[in-house]
Amino acid sequence: MNGYNFAYLDEPTKRMIRRAILKAVAIPGHQVPFGAREMPLPYGWGTGGIQVTAAILGADDVLKVIDQGADDTTNAVSIRRFFSHVAGVETTTRTRDATVIQTRHRIPETPLTGDQILVYQVPLPEPLAKLEPSRAETKQMHALADYGLMHVKLYEDIARFGHVTISYDYPVMVNGRYLMSPSPIPAFDTLKMNRMPALQLFGAGREKRIYAVPPYTTVRPLDFDDHPFSLTRAPHACALCGATNSYLDEVVTDDRGSRMFVCSDTDYCADRRGEMEGDAS
Amino acid sequence: MTLPLLEAHDLQLQFGSIRALDHVSMALWPGEVLAIVGESGSGKTTLLKVLSGSDKPDAGQVLYRDPELALHDVHAMGAPQLRALHRSDWGFVQQNPRDALRMGVSAGGNVGERLMAQGDRNYGNIRQVALDWLAQVEIDGRRIDDLPRTFSGGMLQRLQIARTLATHPRLVFMDEPTGGLDVSVQAKLLDLIRSLVSRLGLAVILVTHDIAVARLLAGRILVMRRGQVVETGLTDQVLDDPQHPYTQLLVSSVLQA
Repeated sequence: MNGYNFAYLDEPTKRMIRRAILKAVAIPGHQVPFGAREMPLPYGWGTGGIQVTAAILGADDVLKVIDQGADDTTNAVSIRRFFSHVAGVETTTRTRDATVIQTRHRIPETPLTGDQILVYQVPLPEPLAKLEPSRAETKQMHALADYGLMHVKLYEDIARFGHVTISYDYPVMVNGRYLMSPSPIPAFDTLKMNRMPALQLFGAGREKRIYAVPPYTTVRPLDFDDHPFSLTRAPHACALCGATNSYLDEVVTDDRGSRMFVCSDTDYCADRRGEMEGDAS
Repeated sequence: MTLPLLEAHDLQLQFGSIRALDHVSMALWPGEVLAIVGESGSGKTTLLKVLSGSDKPDAGQVLYRDPELALHDVHAMGAPQLRALHRSDWGFVQQNPRDALRMGVSAGGNVGERLMAQGDRNYGNIRQVALDWLAQVEIDGRRIDDLPRTFSGGMLQRLQIARTLATHPRLVFMDEPTGGLDVSVQAKLLDLIRSLVSRLGLAVILVTHDIAVARLLAGRILVMRRGQVVETGLTDQVLDDPQHPYTQLLVSSVLQA
């Protein structure tokens, strides 16, 4: 295997990570510290996600990697190639065919099943970090489920702007107990996490934390009774496949102000276009 | 006969060779304002910290009676219960409002924080309560979205009081609430505290070195010196006819304007 152990990490390290994952699954939403290793890519490029993927990957797994929903961007391509090189596993871009999906900042549009695992790359695992700089204090707030401060932030948003202005990394309550950062996925994706049949694992390499949402766990975005959480989406249809319910990227097409809106999930978009061509012929 | 709200039995606390609390016992009844007076270093603030559960005594007990009349040992309860008590039944007014307020959060957010910590999830309701409280402490409702750093010292202290009282506590601890304010602002603040206390039927434990503040607000007074309670009784009685030599000194050293 090219002089590397299967999936790059040595077996004791994988075991240590699996232990952290088991603990994380047992306490949904709770951040479990782990001994993150140096990986052959820089912090911020998915070192946490890569380690989680390496620890759970088996020889029969089929891996898909997305970066902002796309299979063909640098981060996705290089991580996919990394694992096909050091683990020899089959890779795919099709959401339906994958057993493990590592993602940066999106949840695929195609609903996931109980046979799949979604691995998130997390830059900042602590949802309270921006409000309370002390780690010791946030730990205590989690221990006492003392989350009034997060609501103060939402209150301030509504008081100043009339609505909650958090558009990504929207704080969620997991299983009615732990406040969790869903990683910088758009607020649009937050509701997909609720009672998802697939196991969701979160790895933060620089911050050395792993957390998890087990299948069919309730995940609720924080809100007020009279200002309920609402989805925000660009008011357009995808220029390529015409989807009106998917999350859109705005793409600038020239230097004269032209732009188009396309699905951020490239596999979903390609799938829909394939179906349309099938219908036409 | 009603039962005491808070009782302390034989509290002792030593910092090295200094006796900060030397066999201190006291009781506070519902709706009563008790002043703890004494010079700097006499153990007033230490006593307040021990009574409110933030410092542990070496020996002795602090008992709190909840609305259902059940007694709780303040130092034996777990951190979650103590924190819950501090944000529901109890309140704490600090000498420096900047220690208690969130300076980066608007006035309304500051008043609403305790409500949200208690689980209030209705924005309109929180905002209405915040407006009501700002009015009660005589802060213009139009300043609800302003940051505390744009407020004057007296306004900050009034904002802290609004924030503390928003959840209708039964017992409020105050540590030199008028310290650091100029005399006319002090007088207005004292007036406000006095009217709020009598209207809401609050029980207050007030730490102050200012005899005038004690005379104006407190029904009962407790004089401390070197960690000991040297004299206690009705405020007027103690201040008009002090028995202990130290109290006599304290009363006679107040400047007459």
